[in-house]
Amino acid sequence: MTPTKPRRDKTAGRPPALLIVLGCLGLSLFVVPFVGLLGRVPWSELSGLLTSDVVSDALRLSVVASLAATAISMLLGVPLAWLLAKTDFPGRSVVRGVVTLPLVLPPVVGGAALLFALGRRGLLGEPIGELTGLVLPFSTWGVVVATTFVAMPFTIITVEGALRNMDTRFEGAAATLGASRWTVLRRVTLPMIGPSLLSGLVLTWARAFGEFGATITFAGNLQGRTQTLPLAVFVGLESERDTAVAISLVMVAVSLAVLITLRDRWWNSA
Amino acid sequence: MRSEHILIVTITSHHEIEDSGFVWIRSALSTAVLLVVAACGNSNGVGVETELLVSAAASLTNAFAEIEAAFEEANPEVDVILNLGGSSSLREQILEGAPVDVFASANTSNMDQVVEAGEVGSNPEIFARNVLQIVVPSGNPAGVTGLADLARSELLIGLCAEQVPCGDFARRALANAGVTPAIDTNEPDARALLTKIEAGELDAGITYLTDVASTEGGVDGIDIPEDEKVLAEYPIVLLAGASSPDVASLFVEFVVSEQGQAILADHGFASP
Repeated sequence: MTPTKPRRDKTAGRPPALLIVLGCLGLSLFVVPFVGLLGRVPWSELSGLLTSDVVSDALRLSVVASLAATAISMLLGVPLAWLLAKTDFPGRSVVRGVVTLPLVLPPVVGGAALLFALGRRGLLGEPIGELTGLVLPFSTWGVVVATTFVAMPFTIITVEGALRNMDTRFEGAAATLGASRWTVLRRVTLPMIGPSLLSGLVLTWARAFGEFGATITFAGNLQGRTQTLPLAVFVGLESERDTAVAISLVMVAVSLAVLITLRDRWWNSA
Repeated sequence: MRSEHILIVTITSHHEIEDSGFVWIRSALSTAVLLVVAACGNSNGVGVETELLVSAAASLTNAFAEIEAAFEEANPEVDVILNLGGSSSLREQILEGAPVDVFASANTSNMDQVVEAGEVGSNPEIFARNVLQIVVPSGNPAGVTGLADLARSELLIGLCAEQVPCGDFARRALANAGVTPAIDTNEPDARALLTKIEAGELDAGITYLTDVASTEGGVDGIDIPEDEKVLAEYPIVLLAGASSPDVASLFVEFVVSEQGQAILADHGFASP
């Protein structure tokens, strides 16, 4: 059931030199900045910097917000992906475009849109505030909303891709044996796309963990309440550079570890 | 007319190792962008414009756009390019070796660091002053009257982050008044703060008088009493690395001239 790796073409011999040169040039664009970052890391003070109040508050917030965003993405994104893949309704391609919009939109635009919609004076924010007293901007909930907005598309596109590519004969067989559509989803479909679901969720988490623009625009920046790791890096970069660089190092290491583990799986199942 | 466009991008890929560990590698990223800008037609051949790269604090955006136009009208052979941003980011770019000709900062501490690094080609000169105001959404829904209201925890209060000049000045004014603010957000710059106040998402904040004027009624400004007031001083300097020091010093002279000062006054700045 696990998708097989595409066969590598072994007949072509040596790859053309031009491709190697251009490929390496492309690679250097990604590698050089990290070499620059490594060169600025204050290695001897690293442990002291990473245990400061600012960093531990930001780390706690980042972990909580990114996990919450991942949970919400699973709860809301998987049903949406299923509807997009398995049902036909008018305007489906528009819906598909809308749910992937946060992938290409500058996050700061998303943050501003959230502010106008869910802010205290916003379209939905005002009635919500009057009914429940809940004000999203400048609160930890606001951070969760902003990161979910930016990160959930990763769950949706990964899961939708897996659903569209899966072998539907298993679902058909279950249905002819009398299983309801809900039972088929629960007992057949979800287990079959398990690996894709997992990689979608991990990507969602990684994107949420690194979210900056929508968060600072919608939720603001306050230590202990809305200042996640990327925000701490941003405000620290010009005055507490050592701290900012130390946090950056942690973020690069964590994200790289997660992505290297999952990259093959992601591409092969999506 | 530009006769040529040269693109220079430096990539530093080597590094040295010393006993203590890695030597700092000069990160050329922000610099590369400016190099690309600066490298376009800088030669002084006939019919070729001299380009002047001016790094100016974000709060000078509107005033310097007008100064640029007036200066170019008086000196048609010069093309002024404005590089606007937070004073501390501009300082970092200069310290990283960006080929900037003139630096206009929103406070003296960023300028001092550039001077200490030996990057200047003249003595910094104060060319404008700016005062701070308490800023509230239009109509002042929370009924804010003075700095003391910024301690009210039921209000949503925003300041600039303490790392940027407007945040530093705001904290000094609050300290003068003996007020501990109930801050809900530390915004990265004055514009971000202003946007949130204008949208009504924050009840009050502190920023420059000139910013308040620039929103044209989107927000209300409340004066800070004389004894709690903090003055922001804007220094300007010709940088040591200026590609055409003559033109750069012409620009500095223009800013402090009567004409330049009149433009700044139009935008709410006080003269030094």
